[in-house]
Amino acid sequence: MTTSSTTADFDSILAEAERRWQALTNGDRPWVRIGTGLAGEAAGGFEVVSAVKSALQANDVAANVSEVGTLGLCFAEPLLDVQTPGGPRVFYQRVTPQIAEIIVSEHIVAGRPVPRYAIGYLGQPSAAPDGIPDLNDHPMLAQQQRIALRNAGHIDPSDLYQYIANGGYAALSQALTAMTPDEARQEVLTSGLRGRGGAAFPAGVKWGFLAGNPDPNKYILCNCEEGDPGAFNDRGILESDPATVVEGITIAGYACNANRGYIFIRHGHNQPIDRTRAVIEQAYELGLLGQNILGSDFSFDVEVALTGDSYVSGEETALMEAIEGKRSMPRYRPPFPAQVGVFGKPSNINNVKTLAYVPEIIARGGEWFSGIGTQPDPDNRINGSSGTAILCLSGDITYPGLIEVPLGMTFRQVLFDMAGGVPNGKTMKLLQTGGPLGGVLSASDANLDLVLDFDVFRAAGAILGSGGIIVCDEDTCAVDLTRNLIAFCQYESCGKCFPCRMGMSHLLEILERISNLEGTEEDLALMRSIGENMQAGSLCGHGQLGFNPVSSALRYFGDEFEAHIRDKRHTGDCPEQVFSPKLTRR
Amino acid sequence: MDAATQSLISDAVNNQPQSTVTVLSSLLAVEDAIGYIPKEAVEAVATRMDATVNDVWAVATFYPNFRFDPPMEHRIEVCWGPSCHVMGADRIIAAAQDALSLPDEGDTPDGKATLRYNTCLGACAHAPVMAIDHHLAGRVTPESAREKIAAALQSAPSH
Repeated sequence: MTTSSTTADFDSILAEAERRWQALTNGDRPWVRIGTGLAGEAAGGFEVVSAVKSALQANDVAANVSEVGTLGLCFAEPLLDVQTPGGPRVFYQRVTPQIAEIIVSEHIVAGRPVPRYAIGYLGQPSAAPDGIPDLNDHPMLAQQQRIALRNAGHIDPSDLYQYIANGGYAALSQALTAMTPDEARQEVLTSGLRGRGGAAFPAGVKWGFLAGNPDPNKYILCNCEEGDPGAFNDRGILESDPATVVEGITIAGYACNANRGYIFIRHGHNQPIDRTRAVIEQAYELGLLGQNILGSDFSFDVEVALTGDSYVSGEETALMEAIEGKRSMPRYRPPFPAQVGVFGKPSNINNVKTLAYVPEIIARGGEWFSGIGTQPDPDNRINGSSGTAILCLSGDITYPGLIEVPLGMTFRQVLFDMAGGVPNGKTMKLLQTGGPLGGVLSASDANLDLVLDFDVFRAAGAILGSGGIIVCDEDTCAVDLTRNLIAFCQYESCGKCFPCRMGMSHLLEILERISNLEGTEEDLALMRSIGENMQAGSLCGHGQLGFNPVSSALRYFGDEFEAHIRDKRHTGDCPEQVFSPKLTRR
Repeated sequence: MDAATQSLISDAVNNQPQSTVTVLSSLLAVEDAIGYIPKEAVEAVATRMDATVNDVWAVATFYPNFRFDPPMEHRIEVCWGPSCHVMGADRIIAAAQDALSLPDEGDTPDGKATLRYNTCLGACAHAPVMAIDHHLAGRVTPESAREKIAAALQSAPSH
């Protein structure tokens, strides 16, 4: 390994990155950042970008304008962040093109921040603008511990230099110069990092399966096929800071002696796709990907692979089928991916969030990461969950958005202290976690006191998994929501295993019947029987866990099913017409 | 098929920027280029990938992204995933059906618009979400959905 040239190369890249960052944050012109991730787009972020640019032009002011990802305060999008040279950053919320014009003329041109549109500032308290609170005091941010999201909303996600200026690639440089692949993997083992895709399997152990395979061609796959409605954290990371994932997959490649990586994203999700491709291209230009990375003898290639619309593509063997360009249906196992993976080569699949943690784990040490989160408690079959949870809050909640909090916090702290509880004076009734297969929880005191921990959640019959949490207020009918979840699962069944393909259709039929107050006493037993067959007879989690929505709803809201069946009575704000997609794909 | 479309297909299939080229990546490239997968494209992909026409159809019919006849001028998508469902997606779907005089998913008879249901458009925090010509709009109401659809129908074709 050519240690000296590695260090020298990285030092010069870092120096250039810092020079550019200084020019942006402390130069002679203001820097305007606008959230245009998927949430920003949905709120009108692109219209704000155009309005800011034309207002700057109309006022003849030179400023740098960047599109950034999301700070996670999705409720406040479009978020417009103005930093004048040497001044604090002022964040304006729910900006419209008209408000953007006012902010440009008052804040940027006249130098007077506009408190009536501001949500907060970031910077030295001594430079606090009058009448604008510290953004870090906002309940959504106050208790966060941002590791994977450390750069989200702060840097231009398409500019690799900005990532490097904020500590990026120090970990890869360190791994290549000061660590053997085994030592890098050992650091991840020490960290206790568990896979964030749903199964919560220790990442370092999983890497070991691949590292031990002597094949010269090995692949690391990064899964961003995030079809889970209610979970947008993977896309949130890739549209806000894709470089942390690119660095993470490169380190994983080094630790496993792999030579190729794929980052797998659904076609049409343009911000994550375009921004990831942009940083990959720059990483090649700077010698951070490709042959002899940073002058070392480690070579690694990464590319973005796209899938069509298919929820099951997120299953690891179906994902490999899709990368190979086929119908994304799960494969039989064994052989396992670490022996025979994509294109017949040994492969290792990691979730976006898992890889996003890796650079910080290498840079700050596994011990540091393992100190965050929950400790093992073997008596209660708790293995310990280290690090943070990256949660997506949607539904009936005051502050919907994307947050990163230490594992070990309670549901109550997240949903009430941070996200402000249910709006409009209503009460929280139900929580849907971990994607459609995760099932539902009642918002009982016992469940709200659940600690964010993979094993605690599993014991409660829910999945923390992908981190999506859909909050429902008292108006939501548990039967109707269950019907919707099963409609989703039915639509997204790939059709390979008949217990899943037919079971989902049959479950949906029964749930539609119950929703229409036409259910019978036998229907509940019939659903249980279908569920058992799906669990026993399906190749992948889609069928195996596919009964979860019904079983968990029956566990917590059995009385609502009874009300529909026995009393012919709706329980909540059920839609007048039962909607299910009538056109399925096959 | 006209020569211009044929050459768009050929360009899309044969000039893909990424190094891993597959049946799926080729089909997505054609969809991006012309908005649908005509049988000539299936043949072009089969030739490029050294696959059978059958293999290509198998992939194309699996993913609901692909349509097999020319696209309408505008594409209206409404999400019905659980987040959007909880926030009232059924009312948005009803409004969209009403605005387009369609009983369900599908194309309007005048060739103006396609209505598609989507299981997740990716902006769950802004539910209910719809997409007009691939542009996301969040926190829509039945009224704003109608307005957005009416505006789209008045605008230039999206491709």
